[in-house]
Amino acid sequence: MSDIKEKISKVCPSATFEEGENLLVNVPEKEWYGFAKKLKDDKELDFDVLSAVVGMDWKDSIGVIYYLTSTSHNWDMIAVKVVCENRDNAYIHSVSDLWKVANFQEREVYDFFGIKFINHPDMRRFFLRNDWVGHPLRKDYDADPKLNPIRLDDEINEDDTCSYVEENGEIVRKPGKVFGEDDYVVNIGPQHPSTHGVMRFRTSVDGEEVKKVDVVSGYIHRGIEKLCEDLTYPQILHFTDRMDYMSAHQNRHCLCMCIEKALGLEVPRRAQVIRVMMDELMRISSHLLSFGCTAMDLGATTAFFYGFRERELVLDIFEKTCGARMSMNYNVIGGVIADLHPDFVKDVKHLIEIMPSRLKEYHDVFSNNLIAKNRLVGVGILPKKDAINYDITGPSGRGSNWSCDCRKKHPYSIYPELKFEEVLMDGCDSYSRYMVRMKEIEQSIKILDQLVDNIPEGEIRCQVPKIIKLPAGRWYQQVEASRGTFGVYIESDGNKNPFRVHFQSPCFNLVGVMDLCCTGNMIADLITIGAALDFVIPDIDR
Amino acid sequence: MFNFGQWTAAFNNWLMGLGTPEWLGITIECVLIAVLILLTYTVLALFYILYERKLCAWFQCRLGPMRVGPWGLLQVFADMFKILIKELISLKDTDRFLFKLAPYIIITSSVVMLACLPWGNGLQIINWNIGIFFVLAVSSVGVLGILLAGWASNNKYTLIGAMRSGAQMVSYELSLGLSIITIVVMAGTMNINELVLEQANGWFIFKGHIPAIIACIIYIIAATAETNRGPFDLPEAEHELTAGYHTEYSGIHFGFFYLAEYLNLFIVSGIASLMFLGGWMPFHIPGWEGFNAVMNWIPSIVWFVGKAFFISFVIIWFKWTFPRVRIDQMLSFEWKYLMPFSLANLLLMTLCVAFGWHF
Repeated sequence: MSDIKEKISKVCPSATFEEGENLLVNVPEKEWYGFAKKLKDDKELDFDVLSAVVGMDWKDSIGVIYYLTSTSHNWDMIAVKVVCENRDNAYIHSVSDLWKVANFQEREVYDFFGIKFINHPDMRRFFLRNDWVGHPLRKDYDADPKLNPIRLDDEINEDDTCSYVEENGEIVRKPGKVFGEDDYVVNIGPQHPSTHGVMRFRTSVDGEEVKKVDVVSGYIHRGIEKLCEDLTYPQILHFTDRMDYMSAHQNRHCLCMCIEKALGLEVPRRAQVIRVMMDELMRISSHLLSFGCTAMDLGATTAFFYGFRERELVLDIFEKTCGARMSMNYNVIGGVIADLHPDFVKDVKHLIEIMPSRLKEYHDVFSNNLIAKNRLVGVGILPKKDAINYDITGPSGRGSNWSCDCRKKHPYSIYPELKFEEVLMDGCDSYSRYMVRMKEIEQSIKILDQLVDNIPEGEIRCQVPKIIKLPAGRWYQQVEASRGTFGVYIESDGNKNPFRVHFQSPCFNLVGVMDLCCTGNMIADLITIGAALDFVIPDIDR
Repeated sequence: MFNFGQWTAAFNNWLMGLGTPEWLGITIECVLIAVLILLTYTVLALFYILYERKLCAWFQCRLGPMRVGPWGLLQVFADMFKILIKELISLKDTDRFLFKLAPYIIITSSVVMLACLPWGNGLQIINWNIGIFFVLAVSSVGVLGILLAGWASNNKYTLIGAMRSGAQMVSYELSLGLSIITIVVMAGTMNINELVLEQANGWFIFKGHIPAIIACIIYIIAATAETNRGPFDLPEAEHELTAGYHTEYSGIHFGFFYLAEYLNLFIVSGIASLMFLGGWMPFHIPGWEGFNAVMNWIPSIVWFVGKAFFISFVIIWFKWTFPRVRIDQMLSFEWKYLMPFSLANLLLMTLCVAFGWHF
């Protein structure tokens, strides 16, 4: 770590450092863009992955924390803190041209904190309406319902955008339009059978060919991060189940680990094993749903039911142990909430036994079908370079041959002890993404098979204080959720409720490549690309 | 074999015997036939809706409708009643006249086609020498209704759906027509009744062996595309265009599209059974007199309807198995493979007929 410190000091002498869980680099705003460019391009540093962009309001100042990591340097993670002293006219240089993933991330920060990003091509709000008053995650936000009543009229001028550029030392606002006058814009969503939730794609088409996709998000935005700031740590746990409801266990596992890390708790072995088994069951259920939905979006409705038939078995296992089929609320700080159901081992063994033959059935009815192959192979090309630049993790990133499995790169819980392979495919197309999921089901079965007979006896959770107060500081924890790397950022000021919580959801990045992947393809491909990327809308909107 | 013509002739004689003038007699008969056709149309449509729902449920490890009536038999009646009493929503900024006209064009073309089918021995409504040609001509009118519906709705989804439909139907009509012509070349007639009688000593699919089997396969593919059914259901690809050209329709106007879709399935199956499986002609093996006599015991109408249901079953089967193709793949499949192939097949059939290589 000190090695990196030296290199960074060489590149940016004015940078100061804070030691912590990750090395934190303080950079003055004026030097930020030049520094960022060197971080990315310098071969010795080579921070090519922007993992998270966290907007922050420290009351006296406002700013952004960037979490960066490198694919070539052992995945060391550093945080870069950029601060604006002027709260009311906060400007930070955009890095969306260096890391494309920053495009939507910076729009989110602008939406919630009002920080304007200089040279950002499209500085619109991301979640809230363009007539929203104020920026809700600022500590001085006025939540008076009179300011933001429930509006019953349409958003006006939704085609207007702007960017802030520097001209002669002054920052100038340049208005622009999302679509041209002559564009034939088809509105796909928010109510549409194939957007997998309330997602809206404004798509300009030329005949059947897609020219541009504008992602309009926020239809089920619940302000989870804002809600967390007023609740205690045990109270915020349940939100994670409601973001990506198909990765409920992994997300909650991540948040619990982050809090346990801050408290220095040792989770009992039995709870660790149970958590990992639940994570993998959840992954199987999620990939089965993804298989079904991909088939469904291609019109193969029968395959959809096949996927659901097996998913039902997984949900039954959850129901018996957790008491719920969705939103299981199973992990708690220090362990899990309830012990396993007596049938658990029997049910999991049954699943392990039947899955190989069922997977073969899926391949017979769908994966090897000529029409399905024609629809998926070579469609929605996402080269490895772009996958890294857009931080597309999870099965979608591994379909572009990017080895990005968090279970291998930042091992957590008992994963280092387990034998499983990271599935990689080099097709970079929808079919590869789809096949990675199918093969990951096999790997999850393998993990379950190793654990099902080796669940140790013992406590299911450790002793935790009655009132949980995190020491002042910041923590960032990642897990491999069903759709990619899920990250939780917690900053605490020592109180019983968090000062700031940020959830870095994988699906947020996935919609970021919709425009890149769909342009030049057909309308029908937009649907299949979306299905193969497999985003879950509540995870984007949070 | 029982000839239903005896009944119709008897009825005609009775009507004339009452002293009715000829014009009135013909008018009464026309009205009765129209009522009969419309009744058949409705009953068949209802049956087909249930047939498809049950079949697809079984393919998908489900039970299908089970609540209304025994095995859900009355479900379709409830559905139809619901559609009848629903409001017809008229939309702002649409072309009202064309919007309302479109469903009638579609349903009219499919009713006319239904009237041309050979239902049984003597159960032929119009018998003229260009029968099958007339059916082909009328089937092309349906696409006009789809285009109108898409255009008049003033909606981008419906317009894209209608454009897809136009491209698709015009393309696949070629293969459809060519495969029918292949059989016409063999039979030497376009008269529907004669086509059936020609198959008394063996159905065309057996008599015409290789070219006839190829024509049958091409016909079923093209017919699936003509009826906008999966894997060619692009005009109403619900996962892309919500419901395609009929997105904006409600109530019985939507019901017309819905009924026409199912009836077109029956009609193309009916034509397939006429062209390849002998229409109402029972299964005969030349020389096996006893066997043929037994086959003749089964009423001709059962033969026809049974064959049509069987072919519908095949079409429904692959709709619920295959994913949907994309518009460019669909068009290149037709123009690059299916049409040249059916032209070559037509040539092969002509050679077979010229050299007498068929049975």
